[in-house]
Formats: sequence, C-alpha cells, structure tokens
Amino acid sequence: METVFSAKAWATVWQYRATFLNGLMNTLGSAVVGLLIAMVIGFALGLMATGSRKGLRVIARVYVEFFQNTPLILQVCFLYYALAYSGVKITVVMIGFISLGLYHGAYVAEVVRAGIQSIPMGQFDAARSQGFDYVDTMRHIILPQTIKIILPPMVNQMVALIKNTSCLYIIGGADLIATTYNFVTGASTGGAYGPAYLVGGALFFCVCYPLSMMAGRWEQKLKARDRIKPEQTDDGAKEAAV
Amino acid sequence: MDQFMTELQGSIGILKNADVVSYLLKGLAFTLGISFITIVLSVIIGAVLALTRNYCTSGPARILRKIASAYIELFRNTPLMLWMFVCFVMCPAPNVSKGFAAFLGFSSTVAVKTLFKAIVAFTLFTSAIMAEIIRGGLNSVAKGQFEAAYSQGFGTLQTMTLIVLPQAFRNIVPTLLSQMITTIKDSSYMASLVTVELMGCTKLIISKANSYNGTWVDRFNRGTIHVTDVFVLFGFAFLVYFAINFTLSCAVRRMRREKRA
Repeated sequence: METVFSAKAWATVWQYRATFLNGLMNTLGSAVVGLLIAMVIGFALGLMATGSRKGLRVIARVYVEFFQNTPLILQVCFLYYALAYSGVKITVVMIGFISLGLYHGAYVAEVVRAGIQSIPMGQFDAARSQGFDYVDTMRHIILPQTIKIILPPMVNQMVALIKNTSCLYIIGGADLIATTYNFVTGASTGGAYGPAYLVGGALFFCVCYPLSMMAGRWEQKLKARDRIKPEQTDDGAKEAAV
Repeated sequence: MDQFMTELQGSIGILKNADVVSYLLKGLAFTLGISFITIVLSVIIGAVLALTRNYCTSGPARILRKIASAYIELFRNTPLMLWMFVCFVMCPAPNVSKGFAAFLGFSSTVAVKTLFKAIVAFTLFTSAIMAEIIRGGLNSVAKGQFEAAYSQGFGTLQTMTLIVLPQAFRNIVPTLLSQMITTIKDSSYMASLVTVELMGCTKLIISKANSYNGTWVDRFNRGTIHVTDVFVLFGFAFLVYFAINFTLSCAVRRMRREKRA
C-alpha cells in the first residue's frame, strides 16, 4: 500500500500509461463485440422462448439454463483448452469474444423474453386480425414497444460485460485486469502495486459508473411511469390489463 | 475412430480414479464452504451498509451515508478479479500453524493465507451487491410500518430489528437465493490466485491428465493429454456446478411464482 505515496512508482505508471490505455481499449473492444454477439443470440433465443413451437422453446430454455448456471471462467477455460488440445489455432481475443457473447447471450435472452412477455396478448391478437404475419407483428408492433423495457437491463449487461472481461486473464488475455497484473509483476515494471491497481480500478470505475447510473435512473423513471398509469386509465382498461 | 474411443475410455478412466474424484470433491466442498462463509458475512455487512445508506439521512450521520454509498458504488462498478489481486498484495493475513494448514488439506501455510485474502476480497465485493439487494427489501416495507411501530413506543433499533428487517428479508428471499447462484459461480474467480475450489482443482487435474489417463508409461515416456480429457474433466465440473445452481434457480422460480399467485 505504501507504494501509493511513492513518486517513483507513480512515475513508472505514467511512463507506461499507453499500456493501461491499451488494456482499457482491449477490455472495451471485447465488451462491445461480446455484446453484439450476445444481442444476436439473445434476440434469437428470446423470440424462440416466446414462440409457439415447443421444440424451439425447449432449446432456448436449455441454452439459458446451461449458460446461467455454470461459471463464466469455466466456460472460458473449457473453450480455450478444448480448442488448444484439438489443434485449432485461434487467438485468445477471439475466444474472449465467443465466450463472452455466448454467456451474456443467455442473459440478453431473458431480458428480451421478459420484454416480449410484458406486451399484452391482445396486441398479438389485434395484429393477427389485421393480417400481420409473425415477422411483421414482431417487427412493427411488439419489438418497438419492448425497446424501452429492454434498454436499462441491456446497459446493465454492458457493465457486467466490461467487468467480466477480467475472466480473460485466466487464459492469458490482454484485457485491463491482465495488463494491470502483468504490469505489477513484470520484471522491468514490477512493484508499483498501489498506483497500478488504483489506475486500473479507476479506469473500470470511470467507464462502469456512468453506465450503471444511467441504467438506474432510466429504470426508476419507467417504474414511476408504471405507477401513475393505472390511475389514469379507466376501469375497463384496468380489467383488461389484469 | 478406434483411437478416439481408446482416448475417451482413458479419459473416463480418470473419473474412476478414487484419488482424483476425492480431490475434486474436496474442491467442491471448498467451493460450497467459501460461498457459504462469503454469503453469511456479506449479508451482515450488506445489511449494515443498506441501513446506513437508507436511513442515515439527517445530521452528522449523513457522512456515514456518503461513505456507505461510495463503498457500494465502488465495488459494484469494478471487477471482482481486481479486488482479488488487490487483497492478494495488500490484505494482511493472520499467521497460521502448519497443523491448521494440514487440517484444511494444504501442504503450505502460504496457501491458507492466500485463501484467507481471497475470501476477504470476495466478501468485500459481495457485500456491496448484498447491500443493494437488502436496500430493495427495505424500500419494499411500507412507510406505515415505521409510523405504526413508533406510535407503539418502539425505539429506532427495535423498529428496525423487530419490524422492518424481518419483513425486508422475507421479501428478498428469492433474490438472495439467486445471488447465492452468482456467489457459487464467482467463487471460481479464486482459481486465478489459489488452487482450492472446484474450478482450480479441475484445472490442476487437467494439467496432469497424462498421469491418469493411461498413457503414462514411465518417467521417460510421460504420455499425452488428449482433448477428451478436457471434455470429460470440464464436463464433470460443468455438471456439478449446473446441478447445484439449477436446483437453486428452480427454487427461486417456484418462490417467485408462489409470491405472484
């Protein structure tokens, strides 16, 4: 801890500032690509889980349960070792994209499912009676309404993704945590524990805190609006909603 | 194909080795033990943080509220792995005797110290999440409950411990259970510091799989680790984690359904 007050240690960190920024960029890059993959998987599974085909619903359920109930580190390690021992050449960065995407895909799927299920059944019936097919119903009527419900938890997923890039350390990734750790244990840079961890932590905090604040505020606003709603609608509408 | 079958049989053989299985089960026991200690400690710390953040709103106590808020936000917006590393370097650990280390199944006292530090980091981190969960429970208790308690002559402490906290905890049982799933999953982060829980143990066995899968001839021909070893051993770990967490998540779902009904 004493190194926090050591000017020399701070000077070393400043000298290697590019290393930290590089780590931050890798973390953000992995998080963004991971989120994109997670969204593709999540929307597909969310639609499957709310659809009418039983087989697809079961597949979505099994996927979500498997990925949510096992540790991400185990998934990352499994992918890494399985590919390494079967002779597949793939970079650690790619493994990061894939494993983060697969893991968070399960969470996004639950978010999407909850969003779709929050739309009253009457909307589906009304759309069908107007001649909309499944794709058009989803595209023009259901999904646009779910966006505002989906967005706050989606931002929370982004925060979780950024934090979870730290799992890549275990397979020798170049994320912010791995960079920080390699810095403090490195032969030429080692020892500057205090300043290095402070900088690494501060970088994480500066990215994650605004995002989680935003998501929190958003959610509060949505909740407040929901609380007002029932009193504004007439009795008939209230009954229909129940 | 024949070669694959032989390799697979060798890999499955690893799980028939009593030493390996008892080692992995010991890892599982540590996973559960570490998670249990962490959950108990972080519910206590979390409750204090939550009460402070929610009710220290007037007078000089406001500084405590600021501190609690800062603590919660700090730990919720930084990764657990960071705190593991920070505690690894900076957290003081008590000296333990060799006998105590051996009792826990460690050959060195250093490993026990590292385990202690990792649990401290894990508890610090989980406390912040628990605090927010408990705060949600506190906010779900109706304002009238406080007023009713005060009007009956209850003091602040009595109101909290007898009236508000019991109701708050009852409301958040499902959320606490699902946090238990997260905690069991997160305990695998320790594998980066010390080999003690299921994840770390599985990784260690895989790195030595050549001495268990039947390919080891002698010290000059040490055999090879096959991809089937990875599948069988990690598959075992997946199965164990899944069995525990899926059971918990089914319980959570049933409670939520019953609550709604």
